[in-house]
Amino acid sequence: MQSPSQPTAAHAIETVFRMEFPRVVAAVTRVVRDVGIAEELAQDALVAALEQWPHSGVPDHPGAWLTTIARRRAVDLVRRRENYARKLQEIGRSLETTVPAEEPAAPDDIDDDLLRLVFTACHPVLSPEARTALTLRLLGGLGTAEIARAFLVPEPTVAQRIVRAKKTLATKNVAFEVPYGPDREARLGSVLDVIYLIFNEGYAATAGDDWLRPALCEDALRLARQLAALMPKEPEVHALASLLEFQASRTAARTGPDGAPVLLKDQNRRRWNRMLLARGITALDRARAASAGPPGPYALQAAVAACHAHAYTYEETDWASIATLYGLLTARTPSPVVELNRAVAVSMADGPGPALEIVDAVAAEPTLRDYHLLPSVRGDLLWRLGRTAEARAEFARAAELTGNARERELLRGRAAQASDA
Amino acid sequence: MPRYLSLVKIDEASAPAEGPSPELMQRMGELIEEVTKAGVMLDTAGLTPSAQGVRVHWEGGKISVTDGPFTESKEVVGGYALMQCKDMAEALEWTKRFLKVHEEHWTVTCEVREIAEG
Repeated sequence: MQSPSQPTAAHAIETVFRMEFPRVVAAVTRVVRDVGIAEELAQDALVAALEQWPHSGVPDHPGAWLTTIARRRAVDLVRRRENYARKLQEIGRSLETTVPAEEPAAPDDIDDDLLRLVFTACHPVLSPEARTALTLRLLGGLGTAEIARAFLVPEPTVAQRIVRAKKTLATKNVAFEVPYGPDREARLGSVLDVIYLIFNEGYAATAGDDWLRPALCEDALRLARQLAALMPKEPEVHALASLLEFQASRTAARTGPDGAPVLLKDQNRRRWNRMLLARGITALDRARAASAGPPGPYALQAAVAACHAHAYTYEETDWASIATLYGLLTARTPSPVVELNRAVAVSMADGPGPALEIVDAVAAEPTLRDYHLLPSVRGDLLWRLGRTAEARAEFARAAELTGNARERELLRGRAAQASDA
Repeated sequence: MPRYLSLVKIDEASAPAEGPSPELMQRMGELIEEVTKAGVMLDTAGLTPSAQGVRVHWEGGKISVTDGPFTESKEVVGGYALMQCKDMAEALEWTKRFLKVHEEHWTVTCEVREIAEG
């Protein structure tokens, strides 16, 4: 058994490296303008650390040490390319490169480089899968094996996704920059969506046997907290952090002792994490303080989560407010999934009848065709209206559609219950 | 990702009477900002001297109350940091960085404990 105070030299060095990795990659990308090359140079710096630190000890500023090594190699590389470019020019072709001055890294520069890395990893030229993989790799510091485990896909698949993503960024000449122009809002939205997607994959696993994969939620929450600290003026960034803090606060209560999912109405609210609830409220306050206009989509979702957080019992839930918030969200970002959520809130505020009308209005949406929550919600409304035979069919269909084994059991149970009624 | 509580203990008798230097406060502020930007820091604060503290003790079914300062303990808690880290190794690395911003004449112990979740 390894003593906690004396991690092996390699583990201690890897820990430091993982902590510094995003900043090293960001600083080097500024020089080489290519995240793929930057990542390789960062790995080279790790090899140098593994060779030297066991004898010399970990330096006082390990991040600066790693960055210096990696940058030095980056500058060499750029110079070699320049020589190469000169040779090319002689035969009539050109290559644009610049060698930056070796300036010491001020905290603001580090933050700026990190933000550029965030916007690059979440760039819309990449597929959503590539964005999540690259973000977890470059900003979360996760290895490909960890990412593969988290998403239940083979490791080579993840490795390939990352390689392809880096190639795409290079071939499409994606600029290493923080967008400040008219596309900033959309680009920031893309970043927030990537983090939310990572969280959700852990929170409501779309596949596999576990109801929850907490590690993925925690990685996403950490990213959201990092972003909120890096972009304190952006209301939607605080709003995303707020939403995730609220969602994460319910983790312990969402799973029963046997690992089966526990629905919101049955959760023991004493098991909600008070610290995370408080952080959710604080982050939502920050979002509101930073906001000059109407609340954005994440602020509205965080406000819904806050309604649940403020209810000591399920019976005290302010469903009317939640229905209103979902109405605002639908107006802002029309989506059948949001309408489904609104229907649930309306069913609690005004009864299953009006809610069924909302569901039936979106039931034909192609995006919901294989979405298990549509028959699941519809089944519940039919059950409450006493239409048990129809309810049973809906629950059975929902059980067929879900990729999550735990949820399938739950839905089959409800179908059986409806058959017996 | 476990949460860790770092209990920062100092010997009040030998700690500098004038408190932390402005330079130390500056370095400390920068470090705390760095730990926050890493998404690790959940909460941190310093405590007022133990002279202003009170101990409430329960033994044999009876309460007893003692005013500070608590001179019989060499080190008393002077602050805390609550962090969420991948593992103990990461918590220790941040803790070492916290200690290294202090000048050499400081004697500080950080007791890093994992928070029991459940």
